[in-house]
Amino acid sequence: MKETRLGEFEEVILLLVGILDDEAYAFKITDEFKAQSGRKVSIGSIHSTLSRLEKKGFLESEMGTPSAIRGGRRKRIYSISPLGKQVLAASRDFKMSLWKQYPPFNLDNLQYG
Amino acid sequence: MKDKNHNRGNAKPPRYAQQFILFFLKRELAEEVLGDLDEQFYTVLQHKTLSAARRDYWFQTFNYLRPFAVKNLSSPSSNYSVMYKNYFKVGLRNLFRNKGFSLINIGGLTVGMAVAMLIGLWIHDEFSFNKSHDNYKQMAQFVQSQNKDGIKYTHEAVPFPLGNEIRNKYGSYFKHVVMSSWFNGYILGYEDKKLQKVGAYMEKDAPQLLSLKLLAGDENGLTSPNSIMISQSTAKAFFGLEDPIGKFMTIDNESAVAVTGVYEDFPFTSHFKNVHWLSTWDLYIAENSWIRAQQQNPNWNNNSFQCFAEIVESTNFKEVNQKVINAKYDNLDEASKYLKSEIILHPMRDWHLRANWENGINKGGFIQYVWLFGIIGLFVLILACINFMNLSTASAEKRAKEVGVRKSLGSLRSQLISQFLTESFLLVVLAFLFAVLIVFFTIPSFNQLADKQMSFPLLEPTFWLISLGFISLTGFLAGSYPALYLSSFEAVKVLKGTFLAKKSATSFRKMLVVLQFTVSVSLIIGTIVVNKQIQYSKNRPIGYDNNGVVIIEGLGNDYRNKYHVIKDELKKSGTVVEMAESSSPLTDIWNTLDGFSWEGMNANFKPYLATIWVTHDFGKTIGWEIKEGRDFSRDLRTDSTAFIINEAAAKYMNLPDPVGKVVRWEGGEHEIIGVVKDMIMISPFEAVNPAVYMISYFRNNNWMELKLNPERSTTEALATIEETMLIHAPDVPFEYKFADELYAQKFKTEERIRKLSSIFAILAIFISCLGLFGLASYMASQRKKEIGIRKVLGASVFNLWKLLSQEFVILVLVSCVLAIPIAYYGLNNWLANYEYRTEISWWFFALACLGALIITLLTVSYQSMKSALSNPVDSLKSE
Repeated sequence: MKETRLGEFEEVILLLVGILDDEAYAFKITDEFKAQSGRKVSIGSIHSTLSRLEKKGFLESEMGTPSAIRGGRRKRIYSISPLGKQVLAASRDFKMSLWKQYPPFNLDNLQYG
Repeated sequence: MKDKNHNRGNAKPPRYAQQFILFFLKRELAEEVLGDLDEQFYTVLQHKTLSAARRDYWFQTFNYLRPFAVKNLSSPSSNYSVMYKNYFKVGLRNLFRNKGFSLINIGGLTVGMAVAMLIGLWIHDEFSFNKSHDNYKQMAQFVQSQNKDGIKYTHEAVPFPLGNEIRNKYGSYFKHVVMSSWFNGYILGYEDKKLQKVGAYMEKDAPQLLSLKLLAGDENGLTSPNSIMISQSTAKAFFGLEDPIGKFMTIDNESAVAVTGVYEDFPFTSHFKNVHWLSTWDLYIAENSWIRAQQQNPNWNNNSFQCFAEIVESTNFKEVNQKVINAKYDNLDEASKYLKSEIILHPMRDWHLRANWENGINKGGFIQYVWLFGIIGLFVLILACINFMNLSTASAEKRAKEVGVRKSLGSLRSQLISQFLTESFLLVVLAFLFAVLIVFFTIPSFNQLADKQMSFPLLEPTFWLISLGFISLTGFLAGSYPALYLSSFEAVKVLKGTFLAKKSATSFRKMLVVLQFTVSVSLIIGTIVVNKQIQYSKNRPIGYDNNGVVIIEGLGNDYRNKYHVIKDELKKSGTVVEMAESSSPLTDIWNTLDGFSWEGMNANFKPYLATIWVTHDFGKTIGWEIKEGRDFSRDLRTDSTAFIINEAAAKYMNLPDPVGKVVRWEGGEHEIIGVVKDMIMISPFEAVNPAVYMISYFRNNNWMELKLNPERSTTEALATIEETMLIHAPDVPFEYKFADELYAQKFKTEERIRKLSSIFAILAIFISCLGLFGLASYMASQRKKEIGIRKVLGASVFNLWKLLSQEFVILVLVSCVLAIPIAYYGLNNWLANYEYRTEISWWFFALACLGALIITLLTVSYQSMKSALSNPVDSLKSE
């Protein structure tokens, strides 16, 4: 059976792929994750998550163009698949509904879009 | 900075890391991953040093060791893993098919391993004594050898001025020199709480010397005279959760001392394990007038103290020993030079295992038992491994067909070897796991037996490393022979049924059986002799009646001058029949003094006598036997200076008719009024010390003996005694001992050896029997056809039984012949340690041999009867 749930870390990575767009390859994603979250992480662990997300069908990938700093090697650029977008939206909606049911946070004023 | 920049220009990622990652990374990922890592490397390089970037590259490399990225290394050879699965399956099936056989095989190895593990742990523990002290290698105790009747006796007691003498004259060799009192029980008190605790008075360097692990206070805790440092458990007992520092305690309800430190209790394996408090040397001197006298007027002849030292690291004990040897001799007056006193450093590493001295030379000690049991453990283990091998090959024929089939289906010989090795590893690992379980659950009882506090080293990596090495070694050794042997079968012969096992293996096996039984028979003889020796010395008349005698230590001064009151009260209430006081406990001698002379004594004779001060009722209380003369009498005032000597003393003093003779001692004249039968006070294995008993109501009467009224119940009597004692000495915690129990403790070491050797003997026999059983079943299966033919030709069951059994009987007889001289030699040496010892008589050997023979016949008969009773049709029809 194919695993279709989305973990917290996976969700973040998925979003980062979307944010980085054309620059979404393992090294950049790692860099961005470190910058935005302040947490330390190795390229290997990001890469392993990326390949897992691809296996689940949330990501697609293709090889990009070679560059000099990479010793003439190509990079694998990731992009969110339609399924990935659906899952992201579903995850957001689910969490929103949970937030709304929690009285101390008055989320009705907040705007999402 | 420049250099770094220069380096940066052509810096490259670490080559080995790249090679490493290419080694394990999936090929399809190589391009993107290496690219990413390069980018990462150069990014890091912009902010940090080259080495940091390289470190990061390695870090990133190791982080790629994840399932998604690693090559499937086993994929090209997946057949192998399938084959190994099959080997396991076949191995397990075999195990379950021959349940009895597997049980014997694994059981034997388990027992052997468990024994080896326990003995290994025990030896490890024996060697770990005192190692908790930081200066373990440099620490030592001063002992001295003195001439007495032409023999050098070595003991720990040293004279008072020794410490200062060493410091002043040989100070450069020592880091610390510390004089110490004996470790005795004193009453510690805090407010209303009184407890008896063993402790010592020591000089101020003691905290450093003993490497105290301080929980409170500092290492200068013994600098001011009225100080005390206490162990953690003592602090807890007195102060609970309060801070003990600065609180005032009392020692023996007299000296007030302030707590200056709390130290972690000494571990169980420390020589100082009982020392629960340390107070100062100055206080010790101040509290005792006899020591004050020695301080003012240095006395080299009174050996009443201990002295510990730590040598500096730049020297060694041999060198220091040469220097200090005459430290005492040089200070002796002419009259005492005959003692030829030698001062020797006894290193801490020898305290536990090498504490025996013979004529001034260290002669080992408990280390002998450590080696002995080590050898036994090794033997048991080797025997178990040999058995394992024997049993594995013995079952080989049953597997011969399987080998044939595998070979004809294309198995290589190497594959068959690995199959059988896998099987033997399977068995060894199983046996190991069982052995670990057994050890885990038997450690508490083993601890009790061996008086240890060992724990199973579950968390010690060394233990597991040794175990792993051991498993591989045993698995390989035990598995290699069957593996090579079985894989050498020729498929055609095996399948045709014309296969015959080689005969050469049999004689090797016979040798092993002889070896096993030699060990077992020696152990049986050993056990019998140890038992006999203990029985013999227990039956030795002790010279007095210790039944129902209670001993109470008169701690402190609270009991002084209350003897008569307490005695009268207890006697009146009918609790005790008689009560006495003495200067030594019934089971020890605290004073051995010289300076005795009498008419007709050889002028060169320097006699030493055990000197025991007693009250008039001592004899009546313990029921000594007067051989000549009479007991002390209250009615004769002259008896206050009279002597009663024991038979050994009469002999030692060479007085055939001692009663009425006058002995001069310490400036007084003492008439011998009686001779008592020898009483064993020190060791039941040695001759009784020549002793003299005299009356005293003041001097050092530290011990009270009470003969309970036999018509009263013991618990009731003890309650009454406690009540009475607490009325007269309310600040002394009431503690008592039974004289017979104290005496029984003298057999502790021997009892322990008896129990351990019995257990090992039983296990060795058990393992040997397994080996024998294996060999018997092997032989029986080899001669199956022969037996069938003999039966057809009319041999009776008895004939066949005799035929199959006699061979083993001969083997065991050979073992007996070998074992007797070995055991005789070893036991003779052991018994030589005891002055009072049993004789080795021939029936010990006869009994052991007979026992071994009976066990052999029982083991072998099972197999031989089975084959003798089998139907010849079954064994012959296949031909």
